[in-house]
Amino acid sequence: MDFDLSDEQRLLKDSVDRMLADRYGFEARKGYRAAPEGWSRDIWAQFAELGLLGLPFTEAHGGFGGGLVDTAMVMEAFGRALVVEPYFATVVACGALLRHAASEAQMETLVPGIAAGERVLAYAQVERQSRHSLNDIMTRAERDGDGWRITGEKSLVLHGDSADTLLVTARTAGQHRERHGIGLFLVSADAPGVSRRGYPTQDGLRAAEISLAHAPAEALGDPAEALPILEQANDEMLAALCAEAVGVITAMHAMTVDYLKTRKQFGRAIGENQALQHRAVDMYVSLEQARSMALYAAMMASDPNPLERQRAMHAAKVQIGRSGRHIGQEAIQLHGGIGVTMEYAVGHHFKRMTMIERGFGDTDSHLAALARLGGLIAA
Amino acid sequence: MDLRFTAEENAFRERMRDFFTTQIPADIRDQVQRGEHVSRDQQVTAQRIMNAHGLAVPHWPAEWGGQDWTPVQLYIYQDEMQQNCVPAPLGFNTNMVGPVIAQFGSDAQKKQFLPATANLDIWWCQGFSEPGAGSDLASLRTTAKRDGDHYVVNGQKTWTTLAQYADWIFCLARTDPGAAKKQQGISFILIDMKTPGITVRPIQTLEGGVEVNEVWFDDVRVPVENLVGEENRGWDYAKFLLGNERTGIARVGVSKARIRRIKHLAALEHVGDRAMIDEPHFREKLAAVEVELKALEMTQLRVVADERKRDRALPNPASSILKIKGSELQQATTELLMDVVGPYILPYDDHEHGSNEPPVGPEYAAEAAPTYFNWRKISIYGGSNEIQRNIVAKAILGF
Repeated sequence: MDFDLSDEQRLLKDSVDRMLADRYGFEARKGYRAAPEGWSRDIWAQFAELGLLGLPFTEAHGGFGGGLVDTAMVMEAFGRALVVEPYFATVVACGALLRHAASEAQMETLVPGIAAGERVLAYAQVERQSRHSLNDIMTRAERDGDGWRITGEKSLVLHGDSADTLLVTARTAGQHRERHGIGLFLVSADAPGVSRRGYPTQDGLRAAEISLAHAPAEALGDPAEALPILEQANDEMLAALCAEAVGVITAMHAMTVDYLKTRKQFGRAIGENQALQHRAVDMYVSLEQARSMALYAAMMASDPNPLERQRAMHAAKVQIGRSGRHIGQEAIQLHGGIGVTMEYAVGHHFKRMTMIERGFGDTDSHLAALARLGGLIAA
Repeated sequence: MDLRFTAEENAFRERMRDFFTTQIPADIRDQVQRGEHVSRDQQVTAQRIMNAHGLAVPHWPAEWGGQDWTPVQLYIYQDEMQQNCVPAPLGFNTNMVGPVIAQFGSDAQKKQFLPATANLDIWWCQGFSEPGAGSDLASLRTTAKRDGDHYVVNGQKTWTTLAQYADWIFCLARTDPGAAKKQQGISFILIDMKTPGITVRPIQTLEGGVEVNEVWFDDVRVPVENLVGEENRGWDYAKFLLGNERTGIARVGVSKARIRRIKHLAALEHVGDRAMIDEPHFREKLAAVEVELKALEMTQLRVVADERKRDRALPNPASSILKIKGSELQQATTELLMDVVGPYILPYDDHEHGSNEPPVGPEYAAEAAPTYFNWRKISIYGGSNEIQRNIVAKAILGF
């Protein structure tokens, strides 16, 4: 048991923290969001330079051989700064899918471009009816010579508007909720038959609705049995989101404590009131519980036992959701009026946390799933 | 960073589990599992078995029976003890007075008390709280006046746990009433409970049992050699003592054992055609507690891992988090058990006017309500959760 970072990890963390401190203040972030794509190509190039874009890929594929803990560390830092670049979509989500599904040849084609910052990927999974299910898929893929043609509607695709490459889930067989018959496909965003409608999200990122009409595609792995891979990759995405959330709520808690110490009313700092100190302490307890569960998620997301892994990820998402909601709502309340304005950072963190809680399975759905699996402790 | 236990640590866990499950009598463990109190004899039996194997005081200095374990090993030892429903060695002996004597006591005191304290040949109780000095312990008014080679002790202590079993009491008493600050002028004194002038009055708690007492001192003469350390430095020793109980404070293993029992009993109880355990709402309530408990376990491990880097004489303010969350979760399990038992929490077993009538309802129902009532204490004792919040506010958040 060892919670210490290795020397390499410490170096990575320091360089990410320094870069964000220099380049990612609240005002700078506004500027990045105002760019045509809703994020900064310049920052993206910085990420590439620091090795962040190749982080989770093996050195043989042109990456840096980082593990889930390294990714979690980066995501936590990104959460604190509310990074709007498509790191989660490209490196975390599509990175996990590629590592588990892609052939050697496909990795050789794709990874160097990702690591260099030349390629942006998006994961097109959700459909109108699917809510939080990974296997509720109506989009179809049909054979076309050596390749495939995909037809269907994908929704809420994070950074789907600026991605050049899409990873699309589609059915090659079976009814729309069946576990079998699902494949994962590579689709070029500018391929014929692909149309996209981009829009801003509540938390300042971008997403897209994507229509595919006989769009040419290439299969990643077994075109009928991708679900276990989608589930494994999804758990890695959850671990990364949990880490990002810890960054988001760490920042909210720090801002709140700072505000309580500096905001004066009735001639003294409002933080001199024990009632408010105790609320800040309860936020801190929630934060540490969330931090613990994010570490647990990073440890368990690659567990070879799928059932244990699922239990752990459900539990982590529940804790993160509950802690995040508690800390977010309290952070806004304790800031008073300024907390509900667009002008001040804390509200933006609150919005990001709310979307993390509600995305990739909300707290209720994960709690219900964990309960169905019999909880964490064997009777 | 590697958050898994090492092969050595897992082997150590196996060794601890094997010891606790094969060496501690099953009737004692069963009683703890059912949530019943153990008797004085059972407590002594369990602790002596542990002590005979060098497992009663592993955190003490090696020359007084301690093991040279890592913080992780100490954690595993506690976790296995709790999960296997073994009554912990008496905290007043092993976590409180023992370490104080080992650290600050004279050689004669160490020889006289430490082996007997480890083996529970002496049962200690704690004379800290007073009617006017609870959270504000430094307001205590019990006095110890020097008279030749004796102190003459007068005053009243309260919430004295299991004083009715105790052979000795370790007390905080005021030796310099004129000290500038109320934390000064307090001494740490050991008193034989058989000394004339001591009166013990039991206080019945909500569940009907007697766990705590009031203790009066009326001109109690105590030899000066029973002073620990220096006169008027007792507050420092008390702070050392209170900071000592760190990793076990969350009692995650206790809550785990209780959740297992709740699941077992919820499979026996039926709601209509369905076992209680198959009720979706109940399952979700239970799962929500399990999630918080897993998070607390990880938080505890983070504190344990951090111990290596800390000055062991200083309390870790993070242990306040363990106390707050750990007590809340222990209390949550008592409510879940009442959920399972349902209407059969109603009958009261009148200990005082003992009867031989058979229990009403299922046998396992009897302890549900008493445990719920009794365990409200957990968020109050050892520094109430409000005091813990004050500590975190000051020491961690910098208010």
